[in-house]
Amino acid sequence: MNWQPSASLDAIRQRARIYRQIRAFFNTRGCLEVDTPVLMPTTGTDVNIDSLEVAGVDPSLYLQTSPEYAMKRLLAAGSGSIFQICHAFRKGEAGRRHNPEFSMLEWYRVGYDYQQLMDEIELLITTLSLSRCEFQRLSYRELFRQSLQLEIDVITIEALRERCEKLVPGTDSSELDTDQCLDLLLAMAIAPTLQGYLFVYDYPLSQAALARPSERDASVAERFELFYNGLELANGFSELTDAAQQRARFEEDNRVRRSRGLRQLEIDERLLAALESGMEDCAGVALGLDRLLMVLLELDSIDEVLTFRN
Amino acid sequence: MIGVFLIGAVMASYSTNEFRGGLKIMIDGDPCAIIENEFVKPGKGQAFNRVKIRNLKTGRVLDKTFKSGESVDAADVVDTEMQYLYSDGEFWHFMDPQSYEQQAADSNAVGDAKQWLKAQDSCEVTLYNGSPIGVTPPNFVELEITDTDPGLKGDTAQGGTKPATLETGAVVKVPLFLEIGELVKVDTRSGEYMSRVKK
Repeated sequence: MNWQPSASLDAIRQRARIYRQIRAFFNTRGCLEVDTPVLMPTTGTDVNIDSLEVAGVDPSLYLQTSPEYAMKRLLAAGSGSIFQICHAFRKGEAGRRHNPEFSMLEWYRVGYDYQQLMDEIELLITTLSLSRCEFQRLSYRELFRQSLQLEIDVITIEALRERCEKLVPGTDSSELDTDQCLDLLLAMAIAPTLQGYLFVYDYPLSQAALARPSERDASVAERFELFYNGLELANGFSELTDAAQQRARFEEDNRVRRSRGLRQLEIDERLLAALESGMEDCAGVALGLDRLLMVLLELDSIDEVLTFRN
Repeated sequence: MIGVFLIGAVMASYSTNEFRGGLKIMIDGDPCAIIENEFVKPGKGQAFNRVKIRNLKTGRVLDKTFKSGESVDAADVVDTEMQYLYSDGEFWHFMDPQSYEQQAADSNAVGDAKQWLKAQDSCEVTLYNGSPIGVTPPNFVELEITDTDPGLKGDTAQGGTKPATLETGAVVKVPLFLEIGELVKVDTRSGEYMSRVKK
């Protein structure tokens, strides 16, 4: 019977060390630590994220895929800047770099925009690394241009599918839409070539999630992701504060879900009511702590930082 | 006949979340075995399974990408332990030691294994829809030398080797002191001589 933890005792101690440092970092910077429920009656509507539903309770409850909605309700209630270390759950995500239950650090900075939040992430990671780190920033559009000589604004879906099949052999792209093609190319043709810490920002508006549209460029949203050697570590936004726009995005998610034969999800009316009542401008980010530990300890598999797999 | 028909009618399939090494699936009409499966997903984007597979008919290894959640037909492939009987030149004949049922594999299906096959030896025969498509010989076989240059007596300490033809037709490098008629143990995976075997 193999009862042993899959992480080494050193990795377990390093996790405790970075949790202490994260709390000290935010406490000295005036962020309030909060704790929101892992089980809630509604869940994220993201088309590409599936929630685990808890059976045997009425009404049914969902294990949260991130604490975003609850934390935004705290922000609307006037909490000011907040952070949380928690577990999040995503159905079906299992592999060398994924576990259905994983650790997340999520924080919101009132008055920041996404570029200022990227500055703070750099400072946090440098603090946790105990050494100097180099960070680069590149827009999503520029990343595709530099890596694949591909112009995402003008390329046709036919040409995009052709590039997918050429760059990722063994792919049948005939049923992939534009965003799915871009996801495929980013994950399989671009990410493996990336080196060091890289922020990719200004995602296409069609991939905005809960990010605010950019004022400088109507085709993009103020969303960013952080990669280390191609491994995705964090996802953040200048947060969308407009309740009507947020409702439209939830409804659009459900429309796409219906077209793909996925289940419809109840919209979180309490989040929309909170936005309606007014949420201050802020930027927020979710950072995968298991993966950050993998990077800091130079480990290749998420198993090596988890006490036990699910 | 009815049984066979029914099995064909309710073809099993696997979802990408059941993918793992060794699973047998149909790709482009050919039975394939999964060698490696990697789950790839941008946090908020489409998830994919990047899979390395071996075509069990041709032996070729190729990469395939699936959207996660897609289903793929299962391949009706089973590996069975069978006893090698004989070859008539065109087919290699095997027998299931439990049912005594016989199978004839053609040259394509036997492939490189044919040079190691000795009557009575137990092999792994891969059956696809009930017919052989591959044969794996035992890891180690003991075969008689049927031809080699005369042995050099007293040369056991030297490291030299010479080619020797074995009873199945395989040619392996053996130490200089070995003679025609002697029995040797060979690793079929590397084709290397392991040791002399006392008769």
